[in-house]
Amino acid sequence: MESKPKGKLAGFFHFPQGDGLSTDEFIKGLWRENPVLVQVLGMCPTLAVTNSAINAMAMGLATLFVLVMSNILVSSLRNVIPKQVRIATYILIIATFVTVADYVIQAISLDVHKALGAFIPLIVVNCIILGRAEAFASKNGVWASFMDGLGMGVGFTFALLLLGFIREILGSGSLFGISLFADSFQDWVIMILPSGGFFALAGWLLLFNGLKLRKKQAQPEQTREEVLI
Amino acid sequence: MTVDTIQPEKKEVGSFKMFQAMVGIGIICALAIVVTYQTTLPVITKNKAEALEKAIYKVLPGAQTRKNFQWDGQKFSEADPSDHSLKDVIYTGLDANGAMVGIAIEAKGQGFQDAIQVLYGFDPEKQAIIGFYVLDSRETPGLGDKIASDAAFQENFKALTARLDESGKKLEHDIQTVKHGTKSKPWEIDAITGATISSKAVGNILNHSAQYWAPIIKAHIDELRTH
Amino acid sequence: MFKKTLHIGTSPHIIGGSSTDQIMRNVVFALLPVAAFAVYTFGLSALLLLITALASCLLTEYFLNRWIGKSSPLSDWSVTITGLLYGLTLPPHLPLWMVFVGGVIAVALGKFIFGGLGYNVFNPALVGRAFIQAAFPVAITTWMAPFLPDRFSHIPGSTLTLPFLKPVYDITSGATPLSLMKFEHHTTDTYNLLMGMTSGSTGETSALLILLGGLYLIARKMMNWRIPVALLGTVYLISTVLHWSNPDIYPGGLFMLFSGGLMLGAVFMATDMVASPITPLGATVYGIIIGIMIYVIRVWGGLPEGVMYAILFGNAVSPHIDNFIRPRVYGTGKQWSKS
Repeated sequence: MESKPKGKLAGFFHFPQGDGLSTDEFIKGLWRENPVLVQVLGMCPTLAVTNSAINAMAMGLATLFVLVMSNILVSSLRNVIPKQVRIATYILIIATFVTVADYVIQAISLDVHKALGAFIPLIVVNCIILGRAEAFASKNGVWASFMDGLGMGVGFTFALLLLGFIREILGSGSLFGISLFADSFQDWVIMILPSGGFFALAGWLLLFNGLKLRKKQAQPEQTREEVLI
Repeated sequence: MTVDTIQPEKKEVGSFKMFQAMVGIGIICALAIVVTYQTTLPVITKNKAEALEKAIYKVLPGAQTRKNFQWDGQKFSEADPSDHSLKDVIYTGLDANGAMVGIAIEAKGQGFQDAIQVLYGFDPEKQAIIGFYVLDSRETPGLGDKIASDAAFQENFKALTARLDESGKKLEHDIQTVKHGTKSKPWEIDAITGATISSKAVGNILNHSAQYWAPIIKAHIDELRTH
Repeated sequence: MFKKTLHIGTSPHIIGGSSTDQIMRNVVFALLPVAAFAVYTFGLSALLLLITALASCLLTEYFLNRWIGKSSPLSDWSVTITGLLYGLTLPPHLPLWMVFVGGVIAVALGKFIFGGLGYNVFNPALVGRAFIQAAFPVAITTWMAPFLPDRFSHIPGSTLTLPFLKPVYDITSGATPLSLMKFEHHTTDTYNLLMGMTSGSTGETSALLILLGGLYLIARKMMNWRIPVALLGTVYLISTVLHWSNPDIYPGGLFMLFSGGLMLGAVFMATDMVASPITPLGATVYGIIIGIMIYVIRVWGGLPEGVMYAILFGNAVSPHIDNFIRPRVYGTGKQWSKS
């Protein structure tokens, strides 16, 4: 917990000493606490709309927008919102930005809106967003919350794109709608089905957890050697 | 005593405070939504109109301009093309010489997940469907949504017979969706493998709509031409 | 540095004869006749397929373990079984690159990701096959006719398809007894089914050899006999009763028993030691559940064969079966378990 604010607006635009801290808030979402690959949150959009790279990208950016905006608003209102009604208020704020995102996507491209379909309204119930509002933005300053939302959002988009790439390339033989192979390419039908999302995610999780395991194993061995010497 | 070390509980927040906070935030949110809606509305309407325009020219190959006609239960009357609030509107597509190449009709029906909205081109001379376009669908990505993209499926609608029988009141043969690879009649639709339900839904929508419109168009074809 | 010379262990102090690798080795022995008959029936393509399946599973296991710094566990034979079983469930002239992909998936995502041997929720071989079935639905339902005259001299073109390309089929195709029954209402003779004179997956055709392998394992007490008995009994019972009520729609019990992958599945797949229940009653219930599922999928489902999905389903529920059936410790609460 941070120290008790003096006035209502204290800590509103509180830039931490040096930029190291807020950079860390940003970096942690990309890798160490990646919402999809480490926290395994927000599985509904992760598995449902990543069957092509463009859908993954659009969903990732829409979530990024909602995440950043709701984090900023929740953080700036955190001293005004009574504890008892905070969840209801957060949902209200998130739903607002989702509606805004819905209209904006419609205005930018009807085709993308058509492709994402029912999944845009469902961003409201993406647990990453409520999770960050509750776990981070309600306890931290606006700048830190902004960096946190940005990091988590970019991390989410990155993970979705990883899935979208592999699923579109294998499932349809194309990337961003551009055909990559000759007609004789064998489509992996499973990859564009929801079950393919599970397999692709399992593959990435295997890779990332394996990397983590290697790193962990490498460390104690070194220390052990030092002790022996 | 331990009382000093434990941080004192925050003072109980009164109901009015909660009410105030929620209403206040509610108003901010409502404002944000309304402002976005108002700013994006013209763009969205324009996008939708353009999408419809594009779709009309897509389902009516060779059309250069279009005219809107509204059906009021008795006769067709020409409608303002920019008014999107009208019901029962069909679109005639005209080629460069002003001759009618076909009629584009919107149709809607239940799909696998939600309503599917389609636009199809109808040729009153050939009495056949000559083009098909999915305006809106929430079908399963990668499966059901192939009704909009699958080339082999689109091939069905290059010339899909919707001929009226002798009475002129209904179609001679219902438009039907059949299992993939078993299409043998010109009024049958070859389904997409793995997306039979969505394919069947398309067949039903087209059949339902053609059963309704084909007799009307046949009886009132002059009203559509003379204007 | 001190070396401990006094070994203090907890009970049990008398260790039984059969260790993991011993049991696994015997399962491989039991599978060898089946594999040999598969090669005899389908020729070179089946041989190449089995080698590829084995190689893909062994290589994946080896490299993944090396990658995270574990010692290689290949000596316990379990991956060999996975590879063999996986190969035996595939159509004989499936492109080798697809076989390889499925083998990698089987070991990496069916077993390794859960923590290796002893931790897998599903039978890894079936996970690999399920993936191939969903990814390449056409290739995996294209069957090759058995006993082709040139099967030892000619390799089918589809087998040697280049990676990521669509296979081109150049040999006589066959239809499995089950798809003949489902789509053409034609029942194959039981004797042919028993002796493996039909078309089908590489290792599922000869019910007799599979049964003999199973009996060998049961005789050596290396297999839980309740599972195959309950499973086969359920399928036989349901199909006989329904066949008796309406022979036009429902195929007979013996046909159901000896056709498709039922024998292979019941004897070698459902009995996977890790993914099946451990209590005797649990094993019986597990067998019955799988049997019912197989019958439902085969007769009322959209697919002609349902053994794979039924066993995967059984794997998924098996921990719960054990949990329900676990005897209650005297004096504890009535609830089954809170774990």
